[in-house]
Amino acid sequence: MVVGMTLSTFLQQLINGLSLGSLYALIAIGYTMVYGILKLINFAHGDIFMMAAYFAYFGIAVFLLPWYVTFIITILLTMALGALIERTAYRPLREAPKTSLLISAIGVSFLLENLATYLFSGKPQAFPEFPAMTTPIFVGGISIQPVSVAIPIVAFVLMTAILFIINKTKVGMAMRAVSVDYDTAKLMGIKIDNVISSTFALGSGLAAVGALLWCMKYPSVLPLMGVVPGLKCFIAAVIGGIGNVKGAVIGGLILGFSEVLMVAFFPAMTGYRDAVAFIILIVILLFLPNGILGKKQVEKV
Amino acid sequence: MLKISNLEVAYGGIQAVRGIDLEVPEGSIVTLIGANGAGKSTTLRSIVNLVKPKAGSITYNGEELIGMDTTKIVDKGITLVPEGRHVFPDLTVLENLRIGAYMRKDSLKEDIQEIYRLFPRLEERSWQMAGTLSGGEQQMLAVGRAMMSRPKLLMMDEPSLGLAPLVVKGIFDIIQTLNNEGMTILLIEQNANSALKIADYAYVLETGKITKQGTGKELLNDESIKEAYLGKSQRNK
Repeated sequence: MVVGMTLSTFLQQLINGLSLGSLYALIAIGYTMVYGILKLINFAHGDIFMMAAYFAYFGIAVFLLPWYVTFIITILLTMALGALIERTAYRPLREAPKTSLLISAIGVSFLLENLATYLFSGKPQAFPEFPAMTTPIFVGGISIQPVSVAIPIVAFVLMTAILFIINKTKVGMAMRAVSVDYDTAKLMGIKIDNVISSTFALGSGLAAVGALLWCMKYPSVLPLMGVVPGLKCFIAAVIGGIGNVKGAVIGGLILGFSEVLMVAFFPAMTGYRDAVAFIILIVILLFLPNGILGKKQVEKV
Repeated sequence: MLKISNLEVAYGGIQAVRGIDLEVPEGSIVTLIGANGAGKSTTLRSIVNLVKPKAGSITYNGEELIGMDTTKIVDKGITLVPEGRHVFPDLTVLENLRIGAYMRKDSLKEDIQEIYRLFPRLEERSWQMAGTLSGGEQQMLAVGRAMMSRPKLLMMDEPSLGLAPLVVKGIFDIIQTLNNEGMTILLIEQNANSALKIADYAYVLETGKITKQGTGKELLNDESIKEAYLGKSQRNK
């Protein structure tokens, strides 16, 4: 089965796996942060990722802005979009049953997908290529795209920053407090609306960076591009233990590696690559129902 | 300082508080005693706008609190130690104290030292997750956390609930110490005996209505109170 697999191709696949896994991780963090604070699966997260890709596409290919300006605008717009969605679709339902919130999230997801199809057409658009990022370079007999190395580095820096924000800053402390107890957080003087907005903005910002890196690696933009990555990253968050940021990173990496390595080792099964995520999900949840780093839900009496 | 008039609160169709009047003068300890479900917690939670009253008024130094944001009420110097402590289990002891001062921008060092002086146990466990503390330690932490906002009016909901008698005594000592330092206290208790002993003034709440009021001493010697609350609480000890 491992016919023709040399050490160098193996290393190459490892780098590809790491790169795909880091992308999944970046997006999965957004799911897990929102879940942590609202106990809501933000089904629109994959579509926020898609919108970020369009923002970047319009910046570079339509308005011909320099790439670095476009990147900054894309990240800011996406953060604003995330906060706006929370403000309009989720905040009015804060006191409502969780199911209503979930339905609202699915509604936002459909809205974004159809709005994008209506406004930008359903045709895939070519994302401008970054030759410096995509022209393979050869290191010790391995051919790698610079973007495959850049992705894990950028992802690692951002994940460290997010963990720092959550664990060491005042707003992060507030996020952790709000995620367990709204009323007591209010009694501390925490404005929970602001904290929830910041959470959405941060998660969406990470999705925006994910989208930018994604488009460099897979240079095509279309309205439904967020569906499958969104679903996989949600699975990544669940595998890692939803609500736990480190868990989302681990889940993302597991999915990325498994997907790439399965395709590399069993080329005949390439058609099943999207099924890998679900198989892993089922296997892990059978043994660890709360995910790898998920805490056991203890019912307090 | 705090004045409640004709407060009414209902949950769905159930009237939990049926028009109560209550006053907390500055510098005093006022206690609200009564059985489970009498409406004590509801009254406290209305003051900080965690439940929305149906009618009535709650004023703090003349200013209406009903409808005001909880964070704004806290900013005015009112804080509540909620029933069941509600420390943040995944935050360390030190973080729980820091978050109590969330609205303050000045240095917290002295306040933290002061709380560690009052509760040396908390200092020993400063880096431990609050969820790993014992019930008594969590109550100390909840009180310490409330002190971090430097409240003028400290409200406590059943601080002795589920604690060993020795720990209860410690908590009541601290309440008196804080009061001697000038803090106004509104205390809810089922442990009527301990509460009445330290209270300047007390109200008895029964099924949403105030049925009796007087100084702590008066109520301690009141025959009907003795029968309904004190006898029971003595037996429980």
